[in-house]
Amino acid sequence: MDAILKTEHLNLWYGDNHALKDVNLEMPEHQVTALIGPSGCGKSTFLKTLDRMNDLIPGVRIEGQVIYRDRNIFDPQVDVTWLRRHVGMVFQKPNPFPMSIYDNIAYGPRTHGIRGKKELDQIVEKSLRGAAIWDEVKDRLKKSALSLSGGQQQRICIARALAVEPDVLLMDEATSALDPISTSKIEDLIADLKKSYTIVIVTHNMQQATRVSDRCAFFLHGELVESGETEQIFSVPKDKRTEDYITGRFG
Amino acid sequence: MEHLSVKRKLYDRGLRALLYLCGAITCALLIFLIVYVFYRGLGGITWELLSTQTSYINDTTGILPNILNTLYIILLAMVIVLPLGVGSAIYLTEYAKNRKLVAVIEYATETLTGIPSIIFGLVGMLFFGQIFGLQYSLLSGGLTLVVMILPTIVRTTQESLKTVPQSYREGALGLGAGQWRMVRTVVLPNAIDGIVTGCILAIGRIVGESAALLFTAGMGGVLNNFFEALTSSSGTLSVALYLYAGEYADTKVALAIAVILMIITFIINLAATLLGKGLKKKQ
Ligand SMILES: Nc1ncnc2c1ncn2[C@@H]1O[C@H](COP(=O)(O)OP(=O)(O)OP(=O)(O)O)[C@@H](O)[C@H]1O
Ligand SMILES: [Mg+2]
Repeated sequence: MDAILKTEHLNLWYGDNHALKDVNLEMPEHQVTALIGPSGCGKSTFLKTLDRMNDLIPGVRIEGQVIYRDRNIFDPQVDVTWLRRHVGMVFQKPNPFPMSIYDNIAYGPRTHGIRGKKELDQIVEKSLRGAAIWDEVKDRLKKSALSLSGGQQQRICIARALAVEPDVLLMDEATSALDPISTSKIEDLIADLKKSYTIVIVTHNMQQATRVSDRCAFFLHGELVESGETEQIFSVPKDKRTEDYITGRFG
Repeated sequence: MEHLSVKRKLYDRGLRALLYLCGAITCALLIFLIVYVFYRGLGGITWELLSTQTSYINDTTGILPNILNTLYIILLAMVIVLPLGVGSAIYLTEYAKNRKLVAVIEYATETLTGIPSIIFGLVGMLFFGQIFGLQYSLLSGGLTLVVMILPTIVRTTQESLKTVPQSYREGALGLGAGQWRMVRTVVLPNAIDGIVTGCILAIGRIVGESAALLFTAGMGGVLNNFFEALTSSSGTLSVALYLYAGEYADTKVALAIAVILMIITFIINLAATLLGKGLKKKQ
């Protein structure tokens, strides 16, 4: 089992708030790792740290390491744009740019220097197909992405992330704003995507975690309580707190 | 219960009447002002006034130089203030890391927007006119206006940058865009309507300004091209209005200029609204 992404003694503070406490977690290649835990336990914080989106927030202090393909991402030699190109993020709320569907998908490739119309056309189609939304939008690529429904917008955002051909895809509650049908479409998509990508998701939905993830990590108050195979976590959790959480005894 | 509701109804009615009165007085005042100025000034607008300069030799009274000076000074001030103001607003909202310093600067710009313009005129006269030796010139006046308008441009630009959802920024950065690419492709296009509106309102302020220009750009009414004007005393329309109303005691010309200024102001406000709306719609 090869961990493409792992954290070592990761600590994070928002000012005085110690939001991540000595987190050690390995995320193996071509697997879906689900982060679970009650609200405010640090799941989003952890996820954002993996592609350094916390850099945007003033007052954040980070200690420890995040190793992506044998490189510590906090190493001054590592360029964050390089990192984010390889470690993509899909946010909780769909956030397509107020541009056409086409321009949304082409945004990443253009950012990385791809200008040719033919090549962009191909990437756009491939990414939209990859995100299972091609058939729904192929006739209106020039329309604003904001004219789509929430579920479609989220899949546009997934396609947009796929267009830069990342290695790892991070998804923070990517389905929490969606209806059941859109949700199940995205879940199917995740199962499909893990053949080519390594995926880390945050979810509040225990069923979703068991349906889509291979491995699970349970966070509580900024601590990683337990991590392992999803099946094991949900059948024979080692820690009493994990058991209490997944059986819904607190939340 | 009954009693209370009757009382409340009376109170409601009284209040409504009072508010109605306020609205009516405001409208009446505005309409009176506009009608009065147009009634008395419109007749003074002649072809001679618009197409000549005031000259004792030719016996003409004209404000063409002032019209041109107004355009020149708008051009000069905007060319300098726009890149400067928008640039520093982008720096303050998108780049600056030191939040405390930014807060201080924001407070300072906020305060500066409310300072009486005569103070800018005084400082401009001493600084640009005397220390820099620009004396009475379009350059001196233009630079004074730049200083005067800069805080407004910075503020309005900052405000419109702040309305761009953070999620757009995250989206762009998350795809590996650098800071400048993010600003250029997702932040600025979504803030442009606010920036344009801010600029047009700034132009409106320039058009209406007199106090800051009297002792910097001066009151000159000689026909000049842009480059000649840069170094010579150049009165704008508002300054000319001040002159004709005061020094020359020629209310007829003063009122004619007033009409022209009101029309220009109206056009500027209309342009601000339309452009703001049009740009928003394009999204
Ligand atoms: N930008 C921020 N500034 C300061 N504190 C923050 C910030 N973001 C999160 N926190 C704090 O960090 C802790 C963890 O928050 P985080 O958003 O990671 O939780 P979460 O597990 O994702 O919760 P949820 O399930 O509600 O999304 C919380 O105590 C929160 O208040
Ligand atoms: Mg969260």
